[in-house]
Amino acid sequence: MSHHIVEFKNVSFRYPNKTEALRDISFRITHGESVGIIGANGAGKSTLLMHLNGYLMPTSGTVNIGNLYLGRQTRQEIRKKVGIVFQNPDEQLFMPTVYEDVAFGPLNLGMDEAMVRERVRSALDLVGCLDLQHKSPHHLSNGQKSSVAIASVMAMEPDILAMDEPAANLDPRSRRLLINLLRTFEHSKVIASHDLDLILDVCQRCIVIREGNVAADGPAFDILTNKELLEENHLELPLSLQRG
Amino acid sequence: MNFDKQYYNIGFLDQLSYKDTFVHKLDPRAKIITTSLFFFTVISFSKYEVASLLPFFLYPVLLMTIGEIPFMLIFRKVILVSPFAVFIGIFNPLLDSGQVFIFQGLAISVGWLSFFSILIRFTLTVSTTLLLIATTSFPGVCHGLRQLGLPSLFVSQLSFLYRYIFVLMEETMRIVRARNMRSYGERGKDMRILVRIAGMLFIRTVERAERIYSAMLSRGFQGDMPSLKRYRIKMADVVFTVSILTFLYVFRLYPVTRILGGFIQGVFS
Repeated sequence: MSHHIVEFKNVSFRYPNKTEALRDISFRITHGESVGIIGANGAGKSTLLMHLNGYLMPTSGTVNIGNLYLGRQTRQEIRKKVGIVFQNPDEQLFMPTVYEDVAFGPLNLGMDEAMVRERVRSALDLVGCLDLQHKSPHHLSNGQKSSVAIASVMAMEPDILAMDEPAANLDPRSRRLLINLLRTFEHSKVIASHDLDLILDVCQRCIVIREGNVAADGPAFDILTNKELLEENHLELPLSLQRG
Repeated sequence: MNFDKQYYNIGFLDQLSYKDTFVHKLDPRAKIITTSLFFFTVISFSKYEVASLLPFFLYPVLLMTIGEIPFMLIFRKVILVSPFAVFIGIFNPLLDSGQVFIFQGLAISVGWLSFFSILIRFTLTVSTTLLLIATTSFPGVCHGLRQLGLPSLFVSQLSFLYRYIFVLMEETMRIVRARNMRSYGERGKDMRILVRIAGMLFIRTVERAERIYSAMLSRGFQGDMPSLKRYRIKMADVVFTVSILTFLYVFRLYPVTRILGGFIQGVFS
């Protein structure tokens, strides 16, 4: 299958306050690839993710997702293909109970009730949060919130999964579970993170972003062992590689 | 620290709704209908009525007992908001100075009657509302309202309000904590700083709203909040509603307290 591609061609984006977040960026992610997006704070990682489902539109250039060019008409279709897990789970979980939150996406896709229930069950089961289903999000710990946020996106069974700092709120064990979970997800993944060990574990490919452009793009292992390149971009060698 | 305490208190009301009693298991619609009719009945009495209102305490007491809701919790919250009602009625005894005899020879101003009447109505309505939420949970009430045909827009506003009031409070708590940690007990510039904190909160809220909206969009939101039908009317709901309605009807139309009083006098004389 070649249709789950993500292709950015000469994409630039400028925020209304004139900050240039993306400058003429181009890359192509093919089906089934898992790609880590790394870079310094403010390099444009989050802005890039927001382009994946058309929440932001490029000021110039084209974004091609699953053979659809991102535009006002195609946005809704593209949103069905791309699931994004945002950085702050409080903003991801907006419904009053966990169950309803996970059901939100599938219901919007127009599924019938039985199907929705099935999806919600399996998504919550996947992240190990089935017993939280009737709780309110404000009664959950941060780690639980993150897991539920992931479930809420998984329930839509997206073709492409994008995540912004997925492990930021997790304790080491939950983080490990998340890494294992991500490894089982077969479709394309785009993960923006400062957690380089996570990227090393999950991604085969890595793109380094600097000032809105691609500074380096290659196999994750090569990039994450290149000390010079990482330090130029305010990063460090992954901890697991520092010991050796 | 007061702020923190209030925060955890609100959450507690919600946790009570995880219980599993007869009242909790009732359909939210049944509880919403009986509670709102209860309001109408209580409000419909004339403004000097005191004695006829007292039997209506049966309803909140019933909910509280069967629903296993701690009395002190509700009581404390009622006291907390009571200043509003007190200030509405406090001048009645002075302004409304007609005399009324309650015992032979003992006369008080009619204003006192209307003042007490306001207080009783206030206690009845507020405690019942709190009990409705404590036994149904706020999301449950929202669901019920939606199923009763309230427009989805209103209901979703209501549930967003409830969802994010906690997030907003947490944010305020963090800002206030950060201020306290670096103000070393100096309170001179308090007011000016508080104004800035409020402004800060406002901006953060707007930004957050934008991010929430983007999260909604990315999960296929197109302007309508979807919802699953979770509740079915059971026999217990019908029985509950009908018996509460009969109770309200009887106590509204017949002066039950007076009849009962006359009956007891008859027994003892």
